Amino acid sequence: MRAIIRFAAWVYAIAIYGFIFLPVVVLVLFSLQATSFPIPPFTGPSLRWYQAVLTDARLTSALVNSLLVAVLSSLASVTLGFLSAWGFARFVLPGSALLRGLITLPLTVSYLIIGMGLLVLFNWAGVPKSLLAAGIGHVVINLPLCFAIIYSQMGDHQINIERAARDLGAAEWKVLLMITVPVMAPAIFAGFFLSMTFSWDEFVISFLLTRFETTLPVEIWNLLRSGLNPKTNAVGSLVFAVSIVLVVFFELTLLRRKPA
Amino acid sequence: MNAPLVDIRNVSHRFGQLAVLKNVSLAIEPGSYTILLGPSGSGKTTLLSILGGFVTPSEGKVFIRGVDCTAVPPAKRPTTTVFQDYALFPHMSVGGNVGFGLRMQGVDGATRAAKARDALSLVGLAPAFDKKPHQLSGGQRQRVALARALVIEPAVLLLDEPLGALDLKLRRQMQDELKAIQKRVGTAFIHVTHDQEEAMALADHCVVMNDGHIEDEGPPERVYARPATRFSATFMGESTILSGTVAEAKSGIVTASTPVGPVSLPGASPAGAHVALAIRPEHLILGEATGDVALGTAKVGDVVFQGSFKRVLAASTLDPELQFIAKAPASATVGAGDTIAVSCNPQDIILLAD
Amino acid sequence: MAFTRNNSRAPPWALVTPALAWTLLFFVLPFIAMGLSSLTAHEGGAFTLANYSQFFTDPSYWRAMVNSLEVTGTVTIVSILLAYPFAWILAEMVPQRWQRLALMLAVLPFWTSYVVRSYSWLLVLAQNGVVNRALTGIGLIGEPLQLANTRFATVTGFVHFFVMLLTLTIFANLKQLSPSYRKAAADLGAGPIRTFLHVVLPLTLPGIMVGAFLTFVLCIGDYITPQILGGNNELVMPQLVMMQIGRRGDFPLASALSIILMAVVTIAYLTCARWLKIERA
Repeated sequence: MRAIIRFAAWVYAIAIYGFIFLPVVVLVLFSLQATSFPIPPFTGPSLRWYQAVLTDARLTSALVNSLLVAVLSSLASVTLGFLSAWGFARFVLPGSALLRGLITLPLTVSYLIIGMGLLVLFNWAGVPKSLLAAGIGHVVINLPLCFAIIYSQMGDHQINIERAARDLGAAEWKVLLMITVPVMAPAIFAGFFLSMTFSWDEFVISFLLTRFETTLPVEIWNLLRSGLNPKTNAVGSLVFAVSIVLVVFFELTLLRRKPA
Repeated sequence: MNAPLVDIRNVSHRFGQLAVLKNVSLAIEPGSYTILLGPSGSGKTTLLSILGGFVTPSEGKVFIRGVDCTAVPPAKRPTTTVFQDYALFPHMSVGGNVGFGLRMQGVDGATRAAKARDALSLVGLAPAFDKKPHQLSGGQRQRVALARALVIEPAVLLLDEPLGALDLKLRRQMQDELKAIQKRVGTAFIHVTHDQEEAMALADHCVVMNDGHIEDEGPPERVYARPATRFSATFMGESTILSGTVAEAKSGIVTASTPVGPVSLPGASPAGAHVALAIRPEHLILGEATGDVALGTAKVGDVVFQGSFKRVLAASTLDPELQFIAKAPASATVGAGDTIAVSCNPQDIILLAD
Repeated sequence: MAFTRNNSRAPPWALVTPALAWTLLFFVLPFIAMGLSSLTAHEGGAFTLANYSQFFTDPSYWRAMVNSLEVTGTVTIVSILLAYPFAWILAEMVPQRWQRLALMLAVLPFWTSYVVRSYSWLLVLAQNGVVNRALTGIGLIGEPLQLANTRFATVTGFVHFFVMLLTLTIFANLKQLSPSYRKAAADLGAGPIRTFLHVVLPLTLPGIMVGAFLTFVLCIGDYITPQILGGNNELVMPQLVMMQIGRRGDFPLASALSIILMAVVTIAYLTCARWLKIERA
């Protein structure tokens, strides 16, 4: 009986893994297709679609735009999030709970609605569609995330650590730079990394708020209009590969830090 | 006579509506080891925070070395604090932690390292200079926190339940070391605890606090032998408490009527006053009534073997509400259910206003 | 420890003001703009409630909301039912040293681009895609099935994403449970099934609710997955919103529809929050 349950569990797990990996395997496999349709039978392997992607100026510039927006908006998010978390954790401010609620409120609202709101506002204010507009939207979605992560990590123990530093004569800015930032580094790093991921992958806000120069997900979306195309497979596989490298790097640096 | 090192004058503090300190005044002498002893919520930690500069009192003044420090921030006053959770900087080495205060004073690296090493050897941790705090045991972290606070040579060292996070055996061991270190450096230590054994072992001056005010203060021997209040008699060690009314008072002898009959003892209280008579467990005599004051008989409820003695709880046969707490020799044959005579000597009875 | 923190000279408002200002300027203000916009006529800009009444009177708009709720409900339930046993197997049956790897593998496709993930399912489910080829190949069906551009495809794409997400949250939940609970239950005579039903499941329920709420919010507001996989055969709310902007430039109607969508999410949140509190009490 036990053995049957174990067997069933393994079969189930393998089936779920199969379900999870099926689209990825199909995506990568048919990115190597030699002919023009990413459907069976497999005619590759061939790298012609990768070549097509890398020589496509629109895709490569979209990739650069995406990186730019992701890095800058994440820096802004993590800076604003850190400062506000520090302020709320360390000082008794009137209406603190309400204001903290306000900062985290965008977490509960769909990206579509945040994008719509900004579109309507910018439209009224005459702000043109641009990467900057999309970046502003990305800070709106990532600031609450950074705030929540960093705020949750600022416990009483950290408060005592800062108090000890002040007690030993450190000025406020020294406490911030020499104690708080290093001690909070894991949370700050996690906030930045998550913001990068979300910004990098975000579609609807960029779609609504950019026009000529746009980000990679929007450019891929434009590619989709031509139907099933191995070039889309190739660019998707490339994005996947880059992300995996980053995740593995992240894992390794975190893992290496632990025994230190 | 010199002014006290620390002079706390009429300090009161409220958190919102809650009064946590009520008109507290306290003087601390240079080089003394002072213990603030009290249950949680007694205001002892708040008083320490006021001394450290982390809390500004609602009313009253704090003078350190004769200077009004009431609103001076922690960094600017000659105190340092050893925190209950040690608050070591996790990203710095032990040496970096100990040298931090000197670094803030602008002391150069070489001098800093030398002084940090000295401070670490003072607490017996010189080899740990390059380690990180998380590689140390609880007791070792405690010592690093102590070295870090002492290295900048404060006039007063404040310790917030410094041994609270350690297990009992380590606590007793660290307790001895703390006393030795204090004697060596000569800095005044002010130490908060709720552990009365710790208080008796360490203090030159023991301050018993309850409900935001000072119940009693003085050398621990005096506080134990002659507590000033009923709270002090039961919090710093145990006592049997007899409630009574003074029936007669003349020529230094008070006779009080109690549930176990009239009790005469040396003292001065006006007739008609309500009093409490406290008797330490080791002063109650069980079995033959050899004491000069007979306290009636009692039925033994519980006998707990404590190693060197037996702790006996017995209810008076005259007043079952009255619980005698007594210490019997380890060899005593007393058992639960026995009815025994209880007595004591008049000079061992502590007369307290009730 | 309650300290009044009045001794620090750092100006606290200077720390929190930038974040608050950002939120007010780029989140609250746009929302107000959207609210005002939703009350104006597309032509001329006069005050009107027509944008809202249009939603409540036009059955095709209603239909989009019903579709959204049906799809979201199905996705939430199916995802939890698939993810819970999977997370449990990972947490309980996979040896400790392999768990991290097993979990990383289980969420690996997270890292494909969001747009690309839906596109990949289109490849799998297309008329002559992998699934249809395999099914006809083994002779199970004669004609290829219509899989793409259906609600089935939308739900499949969503479930794929949320199974990964929920596996992650439920796994974390299961690992947080102290092993003593299970030992105590076993010690008191509960078998593995009763331990699970009476101890493990109730203790992980709040975590599941959080995951379910997250699924609901992310799913009901998503445009990409239904647009790519469901096609235009049946519309969900985000598609309807985007359609107003894209085809007709009708911001007021798009705003009104967005606000209605947000109201639904808020109601779900309030129900969820209350339910969670009762659970914990």
